Amino acid sequence: MQRSHFLTSGAALVVAVHAPVRALAATGSPSASGAAKLSPSAWLRIDEHDVVTVVLGKSEMGQGVNTSLPMIVAEELEYPVERMHVVFAPPDPAFKDPFLGGQQTGGSTSVKSTFEPLRTAGARAREMLVAAAAKRWNVAAAECTARNGTVVHAASHRSARYGELVADAAALPVPEKPALKPREAWTVIGKGRKRLDTLAKATGKAQYGIDVRLPGMLIATIAKTPSMTGHVLGYDAAAAKKVKGVRAVVPVSSGIAVVADNYWSAQQGKNALNARFAAGPKPPSTAHIAADARALVKTEGAVGRNDGDAARAIAGAAKTVSATYEAPYLAHTTMEPMNATAHVTRAGVEVWAPTQSQELAQSVIAKIAGVKPEQVTLHTTFLGGGFGRRLEVDYIQDAVEIAKAVRVPVKVVWSREDDIQHDFYRPAATTAMSAGLDANGKIAGMKSTLVCQSIVKRALPALFKNGLDPLAGFGLADVQYTIPNFHYSYHHQETGIPVGFWRAPYSNANAWSTESFIDELAHAAGRDPYAFRQDHLPPGTRARTVLDLAATTAGWSTPLPKGVFRGIAFATWDDSMIATVAEISMNGKTPHVRRLVSAVDVGTIVNPLSLEAQVTSAMLYGLSAALTQKVTFTNGAVDQHNFYDYTVLRQDAVPLMTVVFVPSTEKPSGAGEIGTPPVAPAVTNAIFAATGKRIRSLPISDTFA
Amino acid sequence: MYRLTINGVAHQVDAPSDMPLLWAIRDIVGLTGTKFGCGVAQCGACTVHLDGQAARSCSVTVAESAGKKITTIEGLSPQGSHPLQKAWVAEDVPQCGYCQPGQIMAAAALLAHKPKPSDADITEAMTNICRCGCYSRIRKAIHTAANGIA
Repeated sequence: MQRSHFLTSGAALVVAVHAPVRALAATGSPSASGAAKLSPSAWLRIDEHDVVTVVLGKSEMGQGVNTSLPMIVAEELEYPVERMHVVFAPPDPAFKDPFLGGQQTGGSTSVKSTFEPLRTAGARAREMLVAAAAKRWNVAAAECTARNGTVVHAASHRSARYGELVADAAALPVPEKPALKPREAWTVIGKGRKRLDTLAKATGKAQYGIDVRLPGMLIATIAKTPSMTGHVLGYDAAAAKKVKGVRAVVPVSSGIAVVADNYWSAQQGKNALNARFAAGPKPPSTAHIAADARALVKTEGAVGRNDGDAARAIAGAAKTVSATYEAPYLAHTTMEPMNATAHVTRAGVEVWAPTQSQELAQSVIAKIAGVKPEQVTLHTTFLGGGFGRRLEVDYIQDAVEIAKAVRVPVKVVWSREDDIQHDFYRPAATTAMSAGLDANGKIAGMKSTLVCQSIVKRALPALFKNGLDPLAGFGLADVQYTIPNFHYSYHHQETGIPVGFWRAPYSNANAWSTESFIDELAHAAGRDPYAFRQDHLPPGTRARTVLDLAATTAGWSTPLPKGVFRGIAFATWDDSMIATVAEISMNGKTPHVRRLVSAVDVGTIVNPLSLEAQVTSAMLYGLSAALTQKVTFTNGAVDQHNFYDYTVLRQDAVPLMTVVFVPSTEKPSGAGEIGTPPVAPAVTNAIFAATGKRIRSLPISDTFA
Repeated sequence: MYRLTINGVAHQVDAPSDMPLLWAIRDIVGLTGTKFGCGVAQCGACTVHLDGQAARSCSVTVAESAGKKITTIEGLSPQGSHPLQKAWVAEDVPQCGYCQPGQIMAAAALLAHKPKPSDADITEAMTNICRCGCYSRIRKAIHTAANGIA
């Protein structure tokens, strides 16, 4: 990097790797403005008081990025992780995720996208600090070492803290390609480290979006139009305003907002509105959508993969098998209901939000408020769960629309019912699969047809081409098994239901249909389900390695206690791979999942503790869904309401879980979602082993109702 | 007006009698450690202690709470030095963390009555929802706190 790229402001000198210094105006910074700073990246700054701040360009929604990303910096910077300050970044192009194309947290890319930039940032700062010390002491830089926040010249027993060197270091050229530590020298990366935010979360001090409080702030709830295609017919604003504490009634895009002194008054006002709604034209209903999908899946869709001649191979096979699978719509149900706080003034808009999408939020806020994006100040708070739901910005839109009308700070808080009934749902999937086995019990050809409403068509329309959603085949079209003749086609189904990214998008349904069908083929071939998968995954491949590791860890070949049965499944999510073994028993008519064992390959591991937490988290997220969850629609509106009819697994149903990692020196891939896809098929395959009943429709509870 | 004694401090709260305690705590008194999750006593994110018993504050009214000793997560221990809070750190329990104040308050009420709970006791008492699925570490941390290890 050239000196001309330096950006100077007063005494402080700041260097940006990706983009200019706007990112450094992060809110809540412990680094006093005006202090000398060394900042070789928008993600990192060191001030003269030895305050090392990581400006976190990723949202912390439970995945542990406010520990794992500082760890990556710390490795190269030679500075203790636990002494680092972490602040949430404002919207800035410097934080654009190359895999997602914007400043977003999702797609399991947080470590994958920052691993090299953060190591480089740490190494640049370290080399500049060492160079500054060497210059000051008039010794060779090679004689100096950086350790634990101090540069030391051992020969002369001299040392200087990083803070003492910052001003000098900032005047030096930024090394273009700093020397990164070799893997063997790592002392931070790959070593389990406990989270830095636990005490804040265990004392109630961590601030989530819903906890934002501002002077003069009012609280709003919204009577939301129940039907996806509906509109407001009428309401009684005067009645709502009679409720003590209600300050205003504001029509907004999603319904009618009631603004009050507190949430309870706003809710009482909402009830008093007596709002009436129309269902609108062609309100979607699950029954119609499913019937349409069943008809559509019998026809060929847009062809996404075509190896050899699957139809011919199946027609000429020794044995053929076909089956159709149906996965339901699902809601995210983050623990923290949707909320956002906005204040619209003449100068601009200030918003506080638990969001996964800073860049999108900034542009939507600016558009609604009629200001320029640079007049938007967006503060990201802790997120009480994300799972893809907070990639959407509808709740921010609500807050800004209301704040624009009332001109005082307003926090909009959704009820749990609003959250479940106004989500961007995991789309339902209907998958028809057929295959032929040759005389040796090997798959000669396979054909799969997927009917699933495209998320990409709404969220990333430029990627939807020739009838194909490039992500829709995740876990289906990218099958890892050796199948010489393979055909995959896809139908986008327009339903009027908003669909969105839900932990391990597409793969979360496709892995279930694929791995159920592979199990059906194993049964038809008279092979053990694990052996049949081995037959089709060549030794030495990553897929075979995780499969074998899961089976070995679970003791696949060892006998089980009476009444206990196993199922196995393999899955991929982007570059990551997993295999899971489920052990179940039948409690009368109901399956009980007693153990889940997973082996994962996510490339290089930064923090094994957070990885294990993420994988088990994703497994339980998948188990909850597989066991009981479904969202249904009647006349355009969601039939479920709250945790009593959209149930979530609790302490009493948690299986024993084991997660093992494949040691890897490959680049990090994603960890936050990979645990979800294999769980449903591992469990339904175990149910088949136990009962002979093949589950072809989720959730499992529908079969055993 | 209701007199609510929260964490040993008396507050005069101007609220309708049917307002759930949760909203008096969060929106009127301004203590935000107690979380809103469902509003119907399903998830337990809003768990506080009423006279030492775990209670879901979204489903207890202000009128019912007046005159009782109310403890929120902020009052469990000012510095986070309650054995459960130390155990939560030791066992690296939270992920998103949103449900954790409620989980800790439920666990604290359990330990107050059963200092050495069995796994079955924990299963019975800990019915709070965690969407991140931290359940195994929650169970472990309760044992850790009970055994005085942390």
